[in-house]
Amino acid sequence: MASLSVNFAGVDFKNPVTTASGTFGSGMEYGEFVDLSRLGAVTTKGVADRPWEGNPTPRIAEVRGGMLNAIGLQNPGIDVFLERDLPFLKEQNARIIVNVCGHSEEEYLHVVERLNDAAVDLLEINISCPNVKEGGISFGTNPAGVEHITKVIKEKSVHPVVMKLSPNVTSIADIAKAAEAGGADGISLINTITGMKIDIEKRTFLLANRTGGMSGPAIHPVAVRMVYEAHQAVRIPIIGMGGVETYEDAVELLLAGATMVSVGTANFYNPYATTEIIDGIDAYLDRQGIGDVNDIIGSVG
Amino acid sequence: MTEKTYGMAKVISQEKIEQDIVSLWLETEACQRARCGQFVNLYSNQNGRLLPRPISICEIDKDVKALRLVYRIAGEGTREISKLSAGEEIKLLGPLGNGFPTEEFAKRTVLLMGGGIGIPPMLEMAKAFGEKAVAVLGYRDSHTFLLEDFQKTGCRILLSSDDGSVGVKGTVIDALKEAKATGDVIFACGPKPMLRGIKAYASDANIKCFVSMEERMACGIGACLGCVCKSTTKDPHSNVNNKRVCKDGPVFDAKEVEL
Repeated sequence: MASLSVNFAGVDFKNPVTTASGTFGSGMEYGEFVDLSRLGAVTTKGVADRPWEGNPTPRIAEVRGGMLNAIGLQNPGIDVFLERDLPFLKEQNARIIVNVCGHSEEEYLHVVERLNDAAVDLLEINISCPNVKEGGISFGTNPAGVEHITKVIKEKSVHPVVMKLSPNVTSIADIAKAAEAGGADGISLINTITGMKIDIEKRTFLLANRTGGMSGPAIHPVAVRMVYEAHQAVRIPIIGMGGVETYEDAVELLLAGATMVSVGTANFYNPYATTEIIDGIDAYLDRQGIGDVNDIIGSVG
Repeated sequence: MTEKTYGMAKVISQEKIEQDIVSLWLETEACQRARCGQFVNLYSNQNGRLLPRPISICEIDKDVKALRLVYRIAGEGTREISKLSAGEEIKLLGPLGNGFPTEEFAKRTVLLMGGGIGIPPMLEMAKAFGEKAVAVLGYRDSHTFLLEDFQKTGCRILLSSDDGSVGVKGTVIDALKEAKATGDVIFACGPKPMLRGIKAYASDANIKCFVSMEERMACGIGACLGCVCKSTTKDPHSNVNNKRVCKDGPVFDAKEVEL
């Protein structure tokens, strides 16, 4: 039994495994399968200042080794989150990373301020959703924009702030540095890679939104490369994600420089993926004769 | 913890019953809690296909711990599943979704309206309601898959077909009107235009109506919000006019959803 606990931006987590925002709701559905208190943390679906309807359907398309989604950040809004989802997660003794989304600076700040009085562990700010036209990705694709939104959120938040970065950029290192310069306590990456799927028989787009975010094992090597590059560029800790399906995938991200790892799309085809990966990391460390998971973080070379 | 079964299900038998329609009997514990109108997720997991195929339950046999699924080969995933032979295994999650509210209408007369691949989910209800059921089955043409199974249940059967080769030429509603058949409730499954027509008919005739919806899904348990449909009023879970087909449905009171 290796030690799996990690400290991320001053917060202790019992292990490095969390969930990728949007794949796990607020834990209620997967809580039927896995004991949520066993996870390092539950990262929630993006929460906005008011309810969002999201995009028209079809919102899902399968691609080789992954999927496209264009949910459009449907969420019940911060009021319902605070009244229903947060107490549920507390009851389960889960650690909580709240993903925050918005169309504008004001909308992000409204949610961040509402969360100041709430007992949550970290905020993850989604500046990288490819499926929402205003806000989302428009904040996350140029360094000046990233530094600015990070700074204004840091000024208002009592909780540590993790900026969630888009892979749809020329230099992830520059974006990571901008988040660090803005005062971010950590970064998480990668969000989905923008993709498209066409039905050749009907000669139409499979997704109503035309484009969607690609996730799943097919994007994992991109995630490993980008986590590595970001880790080389900044000193703040990283939550690594992108196509994590097995403990091997998670360990790769830890070696590349992630302090924590999120499991996303894999939940859709294995509801026990999160806990299996925790057990797998533990067994891997034992097999390698490594007593502490922190010893492998960023140790590739 | 969960009442859903997640694990390998063993193929008891599988056969094509029409050109692209397959009947699959699976041995699985999921049958113990399965209801009419629920579905299961089957995972093909070959050639990089990760997402489950959600397939409605056609028959439930608790004595031999088996579920019957009758599905259309709609793409490469279902084609791969259709190649499984007796004794082989496939990963399954289920039962999923809510199912039809059959208990509420026990001993009442039910109209079971199935169109195309919406016919299979009606069979278990035809067995349960027997003579109290009128099955209105809409086929494309004379390929009347499952018709013999319905005949064995003792229910009254009305047929329609797109080309008029069996039953009334037209829709299931045409068949219903021509026979002047009526009942206390409609349970329906089929393509959206059919459900739209049935919803309007039920509203005019003042008959309670439940429809089974379909949408592209990922998780199948209500987490990913991929498979929503529009609801007529604000849904308490989503806090917007969206309901999750996989979790809040697939069966809805027709008045609850936009069609």
